[in-house]
Amino acid sequence: MQIADYSALMIFLVLGVVVAGAISALANQFGPRNKTKQKVLPYESGSNPIGSPQQMRFSVKFYMLAISFILFDLETIFVIPWAVAWKQNDMLGHGLYALGVMLVFVTILTIGLVYEWKQGGLEWD
Amino acid sequence: MPEWLISLIKILVIVFGFVMAVASLLTVLGDRKQSAKIQNRVGPNRARLFGTNILKDTGIPHFIADGIKMVLKEPTMPANANKFLFLLAPGLVLLPGLFGWAAIPFADQWCSGQIMVSPEYQEVCTGGEWKNYFQIMDVNAGLLYVFAITSVSIYGAAIAGWASNSKFSLLGGLRSTAQMISYEVTLGLSLAGLILIYGTLDLNEMVRMQGTQLGGWLPMWGVVVQPVAFFVFFLAGMAETKRAPFDLPESESELVAGYITEYSSMSFGAMQLGEYAATVMIGALVAILFFGGWQVPYLYGDGFHFGTPNGTPDLALNYYVVILLRIGSMIVKTLFFVWLQFMMRWTLPRFRYDQVMTLGWKILLPLSLANLVITAIVAAIL
Repeated sequence: MQIADYSALMIFLVLGVVVAGAISALANQFGPRNKTKQKVLPYESGSNPIGSPQQMRFSVKFYMLAISFILFDLETIFVIPWAVAWKQNDMLGHGLYALGVMLVFVTILTIGLVYEWKQGGLEWD
Repeated sequence: MPEWLISLIKILVIVFGFVMAVASLLTVLGDRKQSAKIQNRVGPNRARLFGTNILKDTGIPHFIADGIKMVLKEPTMPANANKFLFLLAPGLVLLPGLFGWAAIPFADQWCSGQIMVSPEYQEVCTGGEWKNYFQIMDVNAGLLYVFAITSVSIYGAAIAGWASNSKFSLLGGLRSTAQMISYEVTLGLSLAGLILIYGTLDLNEMVRMQGTQLGGWLPMWGVVVQPVAFFVFFLAGMAETKRAPFDLPESESELVAGYITEYSSMSFGAMQLGEYAATVMIGALVAILFFGGWQVPYLYGDGFHFGTPNGTPDLALNYYVVILLRIGSMIVKTLFFVWLQFMMRWTLPRFRYDQVMTLGWKILLPLSLANLVITAIVAAIL
């Protein structure tokens, strides 16, 4: 694969951004503009909003989830190259070795998942 | 023709012709008409084309009217919203849904010479070369590219939720971020077994490998070798597109419209279009990975071969006909899975949020891990 093969993607990226910009510019051009005080109020079922949500606190569960996501997504990132290389490994006679290495890796992460589960990191009540 | 012109035509036809026009038309129609049929309603039938009654009952004029209205309505922005991020978010939802299509193959590469089929179901191009006409970018890490690009839309949802300065938006943005990252893990991990069998990340090569046959009659599609992965991937994919029964981020009865609450006019349209493009994308990925993509069973480069190819096809076909059949096959499969997603969407009730998280982390993730380990052990023994 040559670097020139990515030229299609470059054209695509430029074209996509241009089209997205063009349609929003169209809406800006043709849409009416009459701002009223009520119209720009954030929607809150008609009552006046109290406090800004951008300073609001939210559940710590989301942070837990984000941390677990990083761990398991890293696992995916490590497992996929292993899976791609499996055929060559198997052909060279390293199949069982590769399998063992992966099993150790997956076992450690499964222990992590079980630990998190037991600690209640995956509960949502 | 110069290379860049070919690329431009491919982009225009695939993305702006197929994905944005045909697929979104069909998904909008499917979304509204199919749901109406399921719920025993008539569905949209009021909009008219130039005062005539042509196509009035099909709802197609509604689709056009919706598009025009998106442009003609007032773009509003809530007070104290972060202006830059508020305007950036729809782009971050729409563009990743479109850019992912760069790696999706709609047919095999074009052979400019004579095409032959070997007894191992390999297509050989003699006296010419393979030309990449039916895929925007022939990238050898196609699957990785698709995942990398489409997961950028998580930022779109999170930023839209935060920048809107509305509590419903913030909650919707948080929920959708949490849901999407939870299922992102399963989405990648469920395919590890499949990648292990194919040994490549090139989507076109994956489809080519599904052209072989098991026992001489059963097409070796991904769903035959990895049935569990198919269910896990399809469920995780549906959760990624945030559609019912996984539509917690924008559940109307709880959060108004989630992170889209404050959006209007074309920003709203861009978000909707991005989600429809993602729905079609999941359909296309399922078709490519598990249902043979552009493969038609028993059809090879020079015609139909029933049994092992021995040089002459049992039913010879023109190469152009073969290519057309293959493109048609890919499109039909994609639309079938879009239809199936809508069918599930309108049949099943919405989950509770903790049920969604339980399904993702406690059922689908262990299931995809087990699937990977069992596949690896079986592959090592055989």
